[in-house]
Amino acid sequence: MQRIGDAPAVRRGLILSAVALAGLFLLLPLVAIFAQAFAQGMGVFWSNVSDEYTVAAIGLTLFVTLLTIPVNLVFGVALAWLVTRFTFPGRRLLQTLIDIPFAVSPVVAGLVYLLLYGRNGWIGGWLDAHDIQLMFAWPGILMVTLFVTCPFVARELIPLMQAQGSREEEAAVTLGARGFTLFRRVTLPNIRWALLYGVILTNARAVGEFGAVSVVSGAIRGETNTLPLHVELLYQDYNTVGAFASAALLALIALFTLAAKAGLEWRAARREAMA
Amino acid sequence: MSIRLHNVAKTFGKPGRGQTRALEPVNLDIHDGELVGLLGPSGSGKTTLLRIIAGLESADREPAGRILFGERDVTQVHVRDRRIGFVFQHYALFRHMTVFDNVAFGLTVLPRKQRPSSGEIRTRVLRLLEMVQLEAFAGRYPAQLSGGQQQRVSLARALALRPDVLLLDEPFGALDAKVRQELRRWLRHLHDELNFTSVFVTHDQEEALELSDRVVVMSNGRIEQIDTPDALYRAPANRFVFEFLGDVNHLEGEVRDGVLTCGDAQLAVELPDGPEELLLRPHEVRLTETPSAEAQLPVTVTSISPVGAEVRVELEADWLSAPWLATVRHADFERLALARGQRLYAVPRRWHRFPAAAVRSGQRHPEAVS
Repeated sequence: MQRIGDAPAVRRGLILSAVALAGLFLLLPLVAIFAQAFAQGMGVFWSNVSDEYTVAAIGLTLFVTLLTIPVNLVFGVALAWLVTRFTFPGRRLLQTLIDIPFAVSPVVAGLVYLLLYGRNGWIGGWLDAHDIQLMFAWPGILMVTLFVTCPFVARELIPLMQAQGSREEEAAVTLGARGFTLFRRVTLPNIRWALLYGVILTNARAVGEFGAVSVVSGAIRGETNTLPLHVELLYQDYNTVGAFASAALLALIALFTLAAKAGLEWRAARREAMA
Repeated sequence: MSIRLHNVAKTFGKPGRGQTRALEPVNLDIHDGELVGLLGPSGSGKTTLLRIIAGLESADREPAGRILFGERDVTQVHVRDRRIGFVFQHYALFRHMTVFDNVAFGLTVLPRKQRPSSGEIRTRVLRLLEMVQLEAFAGRYPAQLSGGQQQRVSLARALALRPDVLLLDEPFGALDAKVRQELRRWLRHLHDELNFTSVFVTHDQEEALELSDRVVVMSNGRIEQIDTPDALYRAPANRFVFEFLGDVNHLEGEVRDGVLTCGDAQLAVELPDGPEELLLRPHEVRLTETPSAEAQLPVTVTSISPVGAEVRVELEADWLSAPWLATVRHADFERLALARGQRLYAVPRRWHRFPAAAVRSGQRHPEAVS
């Protein structure tokens, strides 16, 4: 007796094609990155990575990411709270607006920011008169990174908070809990895994963002060059090993992120099994 | 602590688009130490009323209602300062805390000055857990407990701050029949022992009648009747209350010269001429093999189910729009040798009528024929 669609031939065929595709399109490029990075030995790799401009790019990328995460954490929690705990006119619209950064191409986002905040832009003109430069400097990179990553935390939290409802919070209020105590002792413990998951995704995207950043950064070596932009610059300079060395760093960060995500999912599954 | 509501109403939605009145302006006096049940079908406004008493929902500003706990006006007082205990239908326990931490929560969030020492909190929580017979479960998480146990934790948690008023929203609704019965008795016992004022919401008539000192029957956002269970059952204020409190058989017909006729059925009644509708409880229907002088109501037995002390018999006839239900003692069941398809005569022991005009004025005309 066999279940429908469970014929051995079909099963083997599907598994084989899945493995082949994954190997060809996912695993092989990853291997290629590291192979290219170490093509001329460890020494060359190391000298590329420890290059002054590469170190500056790593620094800028981490700096922007470290600023992005807390901002989006607070923003995401506030937004999810607003959307799931209150009813107000325009609530649906707001939920749709959250997705705009997903829908819009990052390059377009970068151009819009340039148009608004650039020297000849609507707000940029005023800022320039007051000697404030946002575009072609790290604040601009931070702004577009925030824009691109802002849905991640909220998108993780909203479905969860909707499913959990506000009963526990109501119970806490009837027991006298107020404001921050309520959030810290009842809301936060219930959403912490989703929150962490959102942070991991935000981190991955903030580190790897290319399109929007490339428009607003100006890619000045040692000043406004992030790691993904640096990879492209090196590649255009025909420094293949240097490009792949930086790419390998990005890949390492990605792998680390994936491991953290898998760890969290494993933990969540175990908690589910226990409950 | 007594609870008094004056003119409390609740409307959901914005004016102009899809407004619904969940609660018509309501007045209600609950005495100190009373256990009161709010009974009604879903959508009758009973939960809204309870949540307004708790402060989880605010009453309409217009008309301006007032809520008093004793002499204290709490209309504008926030939930957390009303000194109430609230028990939710689905327990709403903090899932990431142990049973102990759940019960201790209210004590641990008190402002530092009022907060008892951790040793005292421990003693108080353990005493509460002992009261709900869950001392052994202090270290467990809610997901590891049965529904009945979770609801007991939720009760202990609500009582930890020694509230003046205990409010329960369908507290036993999600539990199976046997646990429900047990918890009901246990709550009644607890209430009598600790002597707080309790209000609970239920849609189960049996639960309301068994547990309450007085029952508030609601429908469509209105209070239909407030009375003791006994008075409610014997003297329902109107047709809604009568029908909601138990199974009802209808007899509709035309009265002429003291005889109500409906198809080939006839019943002698002392009523003026005109259309009539009489209502009977299942236990008010007697079954005989021959018609009596007053009642010629031929019926056919369509189903028989022995339930506990009596036998429930379903009856059908051409003159009936909906089948009747009669409850018969086992002795009568055997004497009549009841079987499906058997033709018998129904004789009302007693009947009730609620003339349309009297429904709103609250008058009633229960009359009996023996």
